[in-house]
Amino acid sequence: MYRFAFGRLLQAIPVLLVVITVTFFLVHSAPGGPFSADKAVPPEVIKALEEQYNLNQPVWQQYVSYLGDVLQGDFGPSFKYSGRTVNELIAAGLPVTAELALYAMLVALGVGITAGVGAAMRPNTLQDYLPMTGAMIGICMPSFLLGPLLVLIFGIHLDWLPVSGWGDIPGDKILPSITLGTGYAAYIARLSRGGMLEVLSQDYIRTARAKGLSERLIIVKHALRGGLIPVVAFLGPAFAGLLAGSFVVETIFQIPGMGRFYVQAAFNRDYTLILGMTIFLSTLIILFNLLSDMLAIWLNPKLRHEIQGAK
Amino acid sequence: MAILEVDGLKVYFHTRNGVVKAVDDVSFSVDSGETLAIVGESGSGKSVTCYSLLDLLPKPPAKIEGGTALFNGKDLLTCSAAEMRQHRCNDIAVIFQDPMTSLNPYLTIGEQLIEPLIYHPNKDQVKSRPEAKSKAVALLDEVGIIDPEVRFDCYPHEFSGGMRQRVMIAMALITEPKLLICDEPTTALDVTIQAQILELIKKLQESRNVAVIFISHDLGVVAGIADKVLVMCDGTVREAGDTDSIFYNTQNDYTKKLLAAIPEGAKTLPNRATGNESLVEVNNLKTYFKNQLNTSKDSDKRFIKAVDGISLTITRGEILGLVGESGSGKSTLGRSILQLAPTTSGSVKFAGETLTGLTPNQLVPWRRKMQMIFQDPYASLNPRMTVFETLSEPLLYHGIANKHNIASQVRQLMDDVGLSQAQVRKYPHEFSGGQRQRIAIGRAIATKPEFIIADEPVSALDVTIQAQILDLILDLVERHNLTMMFISHDLSVVRYISDRVVIMNKGVIVEQGETEALWDSPKQAYTKDLLAAIPRADPRSERARINNR
Repeated sequence: MYRFAFGRLLQAIPVLLVVITVTFFLVHSAPGGPFSADKAVPPEVIKALEEQYNLNQPVWQQYVSYLGDVLQGDFGPSFKYSGRTVNELIAAGLPVTAELALYAMLVALGVGITAGVGAAMRPNTLQDYLPMTGAMIGICMPSFLLGPLLVLIFGIHLDWLPVSGWGDIPGDKILPSITLGTGYAAYIARLSRGGMLEVLSQDYIRTARAKGLSERLIIVKHALRGGLIPVVAFLGPAFAGLLAGSFVVETIFQIPGMGRFYVQAAFNRDYTLILGMTIFLSTLIILFNLLSDMLAIWLNPKLRHEIQGAK
Repeated sequence: MAILEVDGLKVYFHTRNGVVKAVDDVSFSVDSGETLAIVGESGSGKSVTCYSLLDLLPKPPAKIEGGTALFNGKDLLTCSAAEMRQHRCNDIAVIFQDPMTSLNPYLTIGEQLIEPLIYHPNKDQVKSRPEAKSKAVALLDEVGIIDPEVRFDCYPHEFSGGMRQRVMIAMALITEPKLLICDEPTTALDVTIQAQILELIKKLQESRNVAVIFISHDLGVVAGIADKVLVMCDGTVREAGDTDSIFYNTQNDYTKKLLAAIPEGAKTLPNRATGNESLVEVNNLKTYFKNQLNTSKDSDKRFIKAVDGISLTITRGEILGLVGESGSGKSTLGRSILQLAPTTSGSVKFAGETLTGLTPNQLVPWRRKMQMIFQDPYASLNPRMTVFETLSEPLLYHGIANKHNIASQVRQLMDDVGLSQAQVRKYPHEFSGGQRQRIAIGRAIATKPEFIIADEPVSALDVTIQAQILDLILDLVERHNLTMMFISHDLSVVRYISDRVVIMNKGVIVEQGETEALWDSPKQAYTKDLLAAIPRADPRSERARINNR
């Protein structure tokens, strides 16, 4: 298993290098720069700023020195948030975004698996059609529509929950988590329905039934493990997607997370912040994918033994 | 008295294409300690009959339309879900066909064995884990699992097919059932393993005095162990009676047809090989597959030696039978000869020309002369191509036919393999298994090859269809002057069709010789075991054989 993980981490190095290179040159080739603004700024001020941030050097030279910094774990200073480094900004936003992503994931897993497994138990009945129609809507509904809708219903009309903030008023974490988790819940519902239907048609389920086990035991013990493997494989990309995609929800609910820095950085052409966030998120995506693959392997005894045999 | 009495059972499948009467008015009874064999070809309703007794059919589409099934006087067809659970836990157990798919790959076999005991619906019958485990270990030992304490914690993939079936049998017996349903329990197994499993079932039945319903398509398997036989076809009972009267004295046309279709005895046509002109020469051929996950230093573990140094010659005009059990490397050898699998070392010569080392483009003219018939006619035909497209493709590709005469050539092929010309525009799914194999054979002979490798061409087919396809192959070899290598695990089939036989095991040749000479006096122990394990559709000799063991 360690060998497998190590091999995959080695593979990640060229991937990250490509990400860094492509993003670096894309950002730098975009028209304008971090200090071009609407207001007229004296040329000597801009020149001084560019000198300070090494922007007057040739692009390839900037690239090499940036790469050197990144290798040492330093994403450099932010261009717009003067006096703060990119590392500090990520460190400030990450805990909030990670917490939001975690809650959204719990919502997605809880709702998604329940709906999907329930649907698979009685395919082509109301118990299947209702949650699956809901899932379809959930996938189609963008969070910038769902968020305000939820705020309107539960925040304003019913006045049950706070409409914005994070950790200020009790209950203010509920609506953002649901808003972010819904799309993933819908996707997980469809995945687990498909996986469960596949497993429930297997011969070994018939064997379990012939042994006289109760339906509940058949589902929980014999079917879930195999049926949820597609969901497990999706967990990695989903978690990364939650982290990276939380900026809409963070904006709607005024949450001081990482996502807002990311969007603002793009508008501000804050080169180092865009790059730093992109590299950081890419690393997370690679890591989470690796983790979910390892979990999927570990859940399958045959694969587990083969990998262990190779050690 | 009868432990199970089925009367007028009707099970229909309500599908989009109408109602299929899978089981239509079937009646039978089984006594304690008795073995009833239900025999029939695929689609005869034999499995559906038994699954309906335990409510194991998917509903919908299945629906029980009538009849009763009294188990000790209680009707299984109308009982509640809770009562059915009681029957499944206490009274009736099933051994399923395919031990590869019937065990849960995610749970240890020990866990699967003790489940019915530790989750028993009756509180007073629930056993603790240690109690259940000791019982399971004792049973594993009884069914012939070596080192049962250790094997208890292994997963199904750590067992061979035969061992998994032993686990399956232990699992069925752990609740001490009164009736055991065996659904083709040996069909997925090699012939030597089959003999062991049959013997085991027989022994366990006698020691426990359970009633057994034994479902099989193979009359040979049934002959030695059944007391009574029920012959089914198209959902109805064609004949029922005690074993001897069915095998030796049947009055029923369908039963006669089934018995006549069993390949028996030697090839009746003379060997067509004249002279000693060798068409195919294989010299010290090796095909190794890299074991992707195993990176150990030991080269024996890093490679799977599917073909490990095989030398043989095939004389022009002969039919060479290649026999081996699963995993013996026989299919890989076939593919390696045709250069369809990458060979590791050694050489293959065809008509004096060395094929090993040629590029795919250089092989094209040779492909025309060497063809292959594959095992599974369901998987080997492109489902999106009509028969016409399948048959015309090789003809056009090799320039044998052109746009103007392609239609007549395809019609000629359809005639050759016994298919009606009117069906030429149909897709594979519109044909039965036997017809599909005819299409596959037609595709193989389309290029007028000199040499054909037939890889288990009849093993997916019912016995009556199998006989027809074997006769078609013999006829085509005769008419088209073919040389053939016929790969099969079924010794009776090989004997029926081959002039000469090669026996293969673990990638090497064990023994070879003229078919009849080898049958009369096998020299190697492995060959002797193999030949001794073939079940014959002759109850008296089968019983004697089982008792002599």
